[in-house]
Amino acid sequence: MAKKVVKTKPKLAVWKFASCDGCQLSLLDCEDELLAVADAIEIANFLEASRAVVKGPYDLSLVEGSVTTPHDAERIQQVRRESRYLVTIGACATAGGIQALRNFADVKQYTSIVYPTPQYIQTLKKSTPITDHVFVDYELRGCPINKMQLVEVISAFLNGRKPNIAPNSVCMECKRRGTVCVMTAYGTPCLGPVTHAGCGAICPSYDRGCYGCYGPKETPNTTSLSEWWNAKLGVKNEDILRAYRGFNAYSDAFRRQSESYEK
Amino acid sequence: MATSAKAASGPALIARENLQAVLDALTAKGYQPIGPSVRDGAIVYDEINSADDLPAGWTDEMSGGTYRLKRSGGSALFGYVIGPQSWKKYLHPPVIRLWKSHRTDCTFTISKNAEESPKLAFIGVRACELAAISVLDHVFLHGKFVDPIYRARRENILIIAVNCGQAATTCFCKSMKTGPRCVKGYDLALTELAEDGRHDFLAETGTPRGADILAAIPHKHATETDRESAARAWANADAQVTRTLDTTNIKELLLGNLEHPRWDQTAGRCLTCANCTMVCPTCFCTNIEDVTDLGGKNAERWRKWDSCFTLDFSYIFGGHVRQSAMSRYRQWMTHKLASWIDQFDCSGCVGCGRCITWCPVGIDITEEARAIRETDRSQKENADGNP
Repeated sequence: MAKKVVKTKPKLAVWKFASCDGCQLSLLDCEDELLAVADAIEIANFLEASRAVVKGPYDLSLVEGSVTTPHDAERIQQVRRESRYLVTIGACATAGGIQALRNFADVKQYTSIVYPTPQYIQTLKKSTPITDHVFVDYELRGCPINKMQLVEVISAFLNGRKPNIAPNSVCMECKRRGTVCVMTAYGTPCLGPVTHAGCGAICPSYDRGCYGCYGPKETPNTTSLSEWWNAKLGVKNEDILRAYRGFNAYSDAFRRQSESYEK
Repeated sequence: MATSAKAASGPALIARENLQAVLDALTAKGYQPIGPSVRDGAIVYDEINSADDLPAGWTDEMSGGTYRLKRSGGSALFGYVIGPQSWKKYLHPPVIRLWKSHRTDCTFTISKNAEESPKLAFIGVRACELAAISVLDHVFLHGKFVDPIYRARRENILIIAVNCGQAATTCFCKSMKTGPRCVKGYDLALTELAEDGRHDFLAETGTPRGADILAAIPHKHATETDRESAARAWANADAQVTRTLDTTNIKELLLGNLEHPRWDQTAGRCLTCANCTMVCPTCFCTNIEDVTDLGGKNAERWRKWDSCFTLDFSYIFGGHVRQSAMSRYRQWMTHKLASWIDQFDCSGCVGCGRCITWCPVGIDITEEARAIRETDRSQKENADGNP
């Protein structure tokens, strides 16, 4: 009798750092795909879904959140050691998140306002993306991430191929879906031309400018866009600065652009 | 009302109230009418099920990076110039699945996309857009390799052109010799006559199919007065096309100036966002994406509009060929105006001006060509022995 080959499923782990949990919840939000996910992989460590934890090492680790504490800075090293592939998900993990606004200020001033006994708070001066600490195999952008893109990334890693995640502008998504450009037709400031695609161009389809939730696209020309906003759309310098100080404020391109508008 | 007029004997006249009959005739012949309608602050192309869907009383104003939809004060249905979308979206869809496959225990099956090519009647096709469709025909039908998706769709299209009675400041069809008057490529061409209290359409037939449509609806012979009225509309549009692009030896000019400093200056403004290529009625490039499901049993191949402004577009083993914005803008413009001529025996530009209007920072292809012509360095380089 032929010996039956038991194929073990790849082990998936989901890790949380400084974040709102929204991105890892995208995995639970998969609904239609969740059974297929559970069928294809062993969800070995995902506290948001189950307290049953299977020990590492893990084939694929999804890391959500940024590093904001000394403890997290150590913990991410351990996660890396236990992971064959490490994929960061969301703006916190890939760019430091909204909490990276502290990077432009003095975090001690915040803790003294927020906490009654700030001396108990051990926090770092800066909120930093995971890639500042360990080698990252792939970064999935977004605030929050697009759940279909998450399935695509998992699927690509399971099947040993490159994820179909385009790093081009949001404009291409607008044009493919037939959305009229809000900047050209209404004069609404929009970060779409410098922002990484992936959301499906949701905001412009509701007549809103892009907020840049997916961070900078490949080769973003933020300077040219800001100059146009200023000269043609009448956007004030302080508002240009604020536009780039969103969820991806500490990403290289957006940080440099906002800093160039600091007085 | 006479309905027996022979189309071949000269232009006909269709009263405004009979435009619904045109739509009904198209529907009766199995065509879904597609035409201009107002959505999201612009004139876009969409399904038209009633003459009331047409943008009566709307017009548009355009300049570099700016488009505004406005009330015209009149009642014309085609009193606008051109919107952000082109007919490309129907002939060469933005996203389409090419095939899918399914793996079973010991083999796999591939099923072609059973895509239906709907019978569509394009209503309100401008002269520059007729030219653009002709360019796409060159690209997809007349070369060594025929695109089956385009061919199937193109064969099911009926075209009702509408001559421009006005032009935008971004139009330069006269330079590209594509307009503003519709001369070929249509089944039926209309000219809207909305002046002095009248509202009619002068109709010219281009094909027997167009004549069939005309024969099915109430119409009259156009009188001398009607023809004069139409001629005034054409002249009005013609006079309003003031933007120019000098195409004299344009291929030699651009290809002889590949290192011109202007490219770098423009790259400083260019967002590499790809809007110009998306709105261009002739830009046809696509990307192929293979997707698999989680279990690895099903795979699909999708085709999507792509752009020479993305890094991935020029990715080959070892990296991206066109890293700089300069190289990408230069690639687009030299292809459009120069190397396209070698490749397809025509210009890739029809002078519709969409790339000027819908560039988020208003980069103007006519201005770029002019700047290079005015500071042409090609002869100097040739004299130095550096072609």
